[in-house]
Amino acid sequence: MTQSVDLGLPTRLVDVTIDGETVRVPEGATVLDACEAAGLDIPTLCYGDTLTPKNACRVCVVEVEGSRTLVPSCSRQAAEGMVVHTDSERARHSRKLVLELLGSSVDLSTTPRADEWMADYGADPDRFGPRAEPVQAGARDVLHTGHHGEPDGATAATVEQPPKVDNDLYVRDYGKCILCYKCVDACGEQWQNSFAIGVAGRGFDATISTEFAAPLTDSACVYCGNCVEVCPTGALSFKTEFDLREAGEWDESRQTETTTICAFCGVGCNVSLHVQDNEIVKVTSPHDNPVTHGNLCIKGRFGLTHVQVARKERRGREPRED
Amino acid sequence: MDLRFRDAVPTAEERDAVDALLGPPADGWRGGERDAAGLQHARGGHEARDRRDLLLPALHAVQDRLGWISEGALDYICRRLSVPPAEAYGVATFYALLSLRPAPPRAVHVCTDLACRAAGSGDLVAETTRRLGPAGAPVNGATWHESPCLGLCERAPAMFITEAGDSPSAVSAGPVNADEVVRAVRTGAGALEPEAPPAVSVPQAGSEDLVLLRNVGMVDPADLDAYRARGGYTALRRAFDLGPAGVLREINDSGLVGRGGAAFPTGRKWSATAAQPDHPHYLVCNADESEPGTFKDRVLMEGDPYALIESMTIAGYATGCHLGYLYIRGEYPRAEAALLNAMATARERGLLGDNVLGRGYAFDIELRRGAGAYICGEETAIFNSIEGERGEPRSKPPFPVERGLFGKPTVVNNVETLVNVLPIILRGGPAYAAIGTGTSTGTKLFCVSGSVAEPGVYEVPFGATLRELLELAGGVRENLRAVLLGGAAGAFVRPDELDVPLTFEDTRAAGTTLGSGVVLAIDDSTDLPGVLLRIAAFFRDESCGQCVPCRVGTVRQEEALVRLSAANRGAGANGHAAADIALLREVGQAMKDASICGLGQTAWNAVESAIDKLGTFQEGAS
Ligand SMILES: Cc1cc2nc3c(=O)[nH]c(=O)nc-3n(C[C@H](O)[C@H](O)[C@H](O)COP(=O)(O)O)c2cc1C
Ligand code: SF4
Ligand code: SF4
Ligand code: SF4
Ligand code: FES
Ligand code: FES
Repeated sequence: MTQSVDLGLPTRLVDVTIDGETVRVPEGATVLDACEAAGLDIPTLCYGDTLTPKNACRVCVVEVEGSRTLVPSCSRQAAEGMVVHTDSERARHSRKLVLELLGSSVDLSTTPRADEWMADYGADPDRFGPRAEPVQAGARDVLHTGHHGEPDGATAATVEQPPKVDNDLYVRDYGKCILCYKCVDACGEQWQNSFAIGVAGRGFDATISTEFAAPLTDSACVYCGNCVEVCPTGALSFKTEFDLREAGEWDESRQTETTTICAFCGVGCNVSLHVQDNEIVKVTSPHDNPVTHGNLCIKGRFGLTHVQVARKERRGREPRED
Repeated sequence: MDLRFRDAVPTAEERDAVDALLGPPADGWRGGERDAAGLQHARGGHEARDRRDLLLPALHAVQDRLGWISEGALDYICRRLSVPPAEAYGVATFYALLSLRPAPPRAVHVCTDLACRAAGSGDLVAETTRRLGPAGAPVNGATWHESPCLGLCERAPAMFITEAGDSPSAVSAGPVNADEVVRAVRTGAGALEPEAPPAVSVPQAGSEDLVLLRNVGMVDPADLDAYRARGGYTALRRAFDLGPAGVLREINDSGLVGRGGAAFPTGRKWSATAAQPDHPHYLVCNADESEPGTFKDRVLMEGDPYALIESMTIAGYATGCHLGYLYIRGEYPRAEAALLNAMATARERGLLGDNVLGRGYAFDIELRRGAGAYICGEETAIFNSIEGERGEPRSKPPFPVERGLFGKPTVVNNVETLVNVLPIILRGGPAYAAIGTGTSTGTKLFCVSGSVAEPGVYEVPFGATLRELLELAGGVRENLRAVLLGGAAGAFVRPDELDVPLTFEDTRAAGTTLGSGVVLAIDDSTDLPGVLLRIAAFFRDESCGQCVPCRVGTVRQEEALVRLSAANRGAGANGHAAADIALLREVGQAMKDASICGLGQTAWNAVESAIDKLGTFQEGAS
């Protein structure tokens, strides 16, 4: 029997000029793809390889000739003849300011590469003044939309607040949240379809929230952890990771990552086990895995610690003969 | 979609308020009684979800009945419409006029924005605070709040009162004094004088020269026959004679450009939409009018509502729409009532409906009420708001003409833009284009407020100078310090620049903008830093929060202005003025360059122009 192989439609290629160099990319590719093809490293935060670009953070903006404003490279499609400047004064200025604005208002201490980018762009988040004290737990969940008290100008407002620890599996530390919308998109129609969290409030007072800021345990959350998987700042983290960090014991250099197949059901999801000191401290899934695209269910994400439980129990027993 | 609810129980009243809008629930799956038969199969997911656009009306229904939206009420709305509660909460908390925490039935909103500030709202607020306690604190059955511009700037200082209940009410009032605010808080709007008729806002009312304002004050806005007696609905007949292509030709020939702020050629927008193969097409009339200092659309809608309904019908006909949405800001109760009446009577008389004027064209209009969000006037945010999503702007491309409301080709136009369609059709595009200047054709409505003798809406042909306009308004009251053109998103003009012709091109060349037609005169008794601070606070409050440059930039802008103003008053110590101005410039540049939408892109315009043109915060200036 002969089988037909679907080669897809022939892909057209478009030529774009990036910083003076011509790059050829398939039609439909983004400016960011083209920049990567040109070997450039553009910072991104709200962009996610498994999600539709929200283009909210604007840290990836570049200058495109003919465009009045700067253009988010992560979402703008490359078009034939486009002339892009990634390193112009204007583009660098906005990227630097985005880093400064975020750095001054959010705790970026666990955001990968934040320090490196700050240094690259000469960003100085402290220039807006000393950081305001973090607010009390829950205070940012009950703000009056469209109203705010006049600032005194002595400190720079932040979103810092105590972490929300309301379940045993993962922690929401919204003092580290840059409001990139990725968790909401992952929880909602792009992946999980649980819709446990949304964006509430408006402007600087906007937060990621369940309805009426209810604890996660009262919400529609199914603990798939797919929001944790996509969070770019560490605002969402495994409880194990959170506790180790609190204790000052989190140490990625001591960790191994092993990708295997989840044993719970027959779907065959790839799981990557992050192990420190012989304990599973975090479970992720490869984003390019065709089965998961980085997503898991509660069992694969949080259920594999039974391995440890069994081991711990064994530890307490007499060595077996076999 | 498998939604999980928290099983908060609505009260009978909350249920009733929602059912009054949506009809009784069909079954236990959608919030009704659960019975054995109903539990055997799930129904209606898609059907219910397809009415997601009723989310905001349903939230309004509860807010209007109870004065706030409880967990039980939100849960019930979500079940009825199959909306995830976390999303509905996100939508509800987007709007300033909706309360998700217990609130008394009566709310009094006192405007503290630019025109009202100039008219003494600062003292008004201080006195109200002294007598009733701080804003936001409940006082027997009511609360009072400070508010951004209520669109009543010609009657500053203004207030807006809502009263929840079985027959809810909403009333605007101005000018008001502290006694009236206190009385409104204590006993409600009933204790106030009835609102003055729309014509008080049009000092030129009755003049022969008026085109757009010709009916205001001259006809009873509730009387369709009176409208027809003054030539109403001849334009629609003529449009039917011309055919859609003929109407497009006239609009293109007229040179009409949008009056909502962006000055985009209307003919181009219409032709592009009409040509889209994807159907249905939608029309959206943008009556959100929330730019501080703007009130022209309100006056048109209150004084001549049928003109807007007729214009929308012509616009729909030319662009291939059968349904138009009229999105009006929540603080315009009188305009809303006038339009609802106009729509109902037009429908009765066959001027809306399946067969308009018996000419075989079907067109109807749905009115949607905003709930306190300036950003919902942005042309894509308005779609999200209508669709029952958070009113956040979408990224463009795709543009509305390709993918707008419900993902379909959409024409979105400002109220004043639409009303211009009538004279264009009646006189012909070229004759219309002969008015004004070559690139700014026709007449323009200006919202003149602040330190002038007779604030109000004025209609002049494009090309009249700012000086002429101010003289028309009775001249400036005191020593003129500056004129803010274009609103909070606009820029200042100095007294030595008053001869600038009021056209899109001349104002642009002068480094300012016509924007939405705001002309706010500021005299030298006004503290300019205070004006700038109010503008900065406005943008900080109204930013949707989506993008970093605007969400955080507007906060940093306000903080820097607080420091600069303090130093200016001699209160704060600092030799850091130069550093703060540099900081403002840098933040401003990033907002302008990297924000998603026009709000962030213009949030620093007025501050920039005050620093550069008026020398505010510079050594020795004020
Ligand atoms: C933040 C923001 C608020 C806006 N508010 C309004 C408004 O209230 N009314 C309006 O007509 N246009 C408003 N606009 C302009 C609209 O985006 C759009 O350009 C206009 O409705 C198009 O209609 P026009 O071509 O008839 O002017 C606003 C734009 C921005 C960026
Ligand atoms: S764990 Fe899963 S269900 Fe829960 S909030 Fe995150 S994405 Fe949504
Ligand atoms: S919690 Fe993380 S993923 Fe969610 S919006 Fe904040 S930073 Fe983004
Ligand atoms: S510029 Fe401001 S209002 Fe516009 S999308 Fe960004 S945050 Fe929202
Ligand atoms: S990464 Fe492109 S806008 Fe955030
Ligand atoms: S109504 Fe107060 S400023 Fe417009």
